[in-house]
Amino acid sequence: MSRGPMRSPLAEAMGLGSSKSGRAEWWAERVTAIALAPLTLWFVASIVATSRADYTSFVAWLATPLASGLMILLLVALFWHTALGLQVVIEDYVHSGFKFVALIAVRLGCFALAAVGVLATLRIAFGR
Amino acid sequence: MDIEAEVGQAGPKPRPKSPNIQIYRPQLTSVLSIGNRITGVALSLAAVALVVWLSSAAAGPQAYAACRGALGSLPGQIVLFAFTFAFYFHLCGGVRHLVWDTVHGFELRAIYLSGWAVVALSAVLTAATWIVSFQLGGRG
Repeated sequence: MSRGPMRSPLAEAMGLGSSKSGRAEWWAERVTAIALAPLTLWFVASIVATSRADYTSFVAWLATPLASGLMILLLVALFWHTALGLQVVIEDYVHSGFKFVALIAVRLGCFALAAVGVLATLRIAFGR
Repeated sequence: MDIEAEVGQAGPKPRPKSPNIQIYRPQLTSVLSIGNRITGVALSLAAVALVVWLSSAAAGPQAYAACRGALGSLPGQIVLFAFTFAFYFHLCGGVRHLVWDTVHGFELRAIYLSGWAVVALSAVLTAATWIVSFQLGGRG
């Protein structure tokens, strides 16, 4: 870190900027949060409304363009937000070499789960 | 605090440290702060459950019935109830954070007011969701 005895700690800290690429992640966390507020409320309301539904009527509901479309949007925003949130938690609390393993696992896991969820929804939407 | 005494004994006497989480009295603000993170991590598990549930529906009636059976069992219902509270808590806490991002509501009074609003709203919304769910005769 130190660039020599003549540089004060202040001089080393100045001009570095606050967070570099972190700004984009901070922004994405907010944008996905704003998307998730209505999407998750729609999801909870739908679950409550269809809680008595059997398999056939549940699949029929999810196959409608509105439901499957909103479900896919929900999955994308949800796992994007989850990846960013868990990344911050790991960066704040994990300081060993395991940190990088955890960061990669979270990123890949969220991508995979989002893909599986979207595929399942599409499979229902376009009939089996 | 006697600053002169502190400065004078800077050598041997250990300097006072910033509040440490283990000895710091919990306050509404700090509990809500860590609560938002804990519920966020819990909701990651709920997101995994959502994908399992969707996959079961895509796999067919048998897999879907098995998934519903697990969710409808007593442990499943307890977990779903906890997820519901975590969801509303994280949602309300998230809205509070978005308001803060607009540089509003930082006065001490406003912070405690919005903090208690998060606690009350998430409790009321969780109860309301489950009451409506039971009224409709369904499980989960």
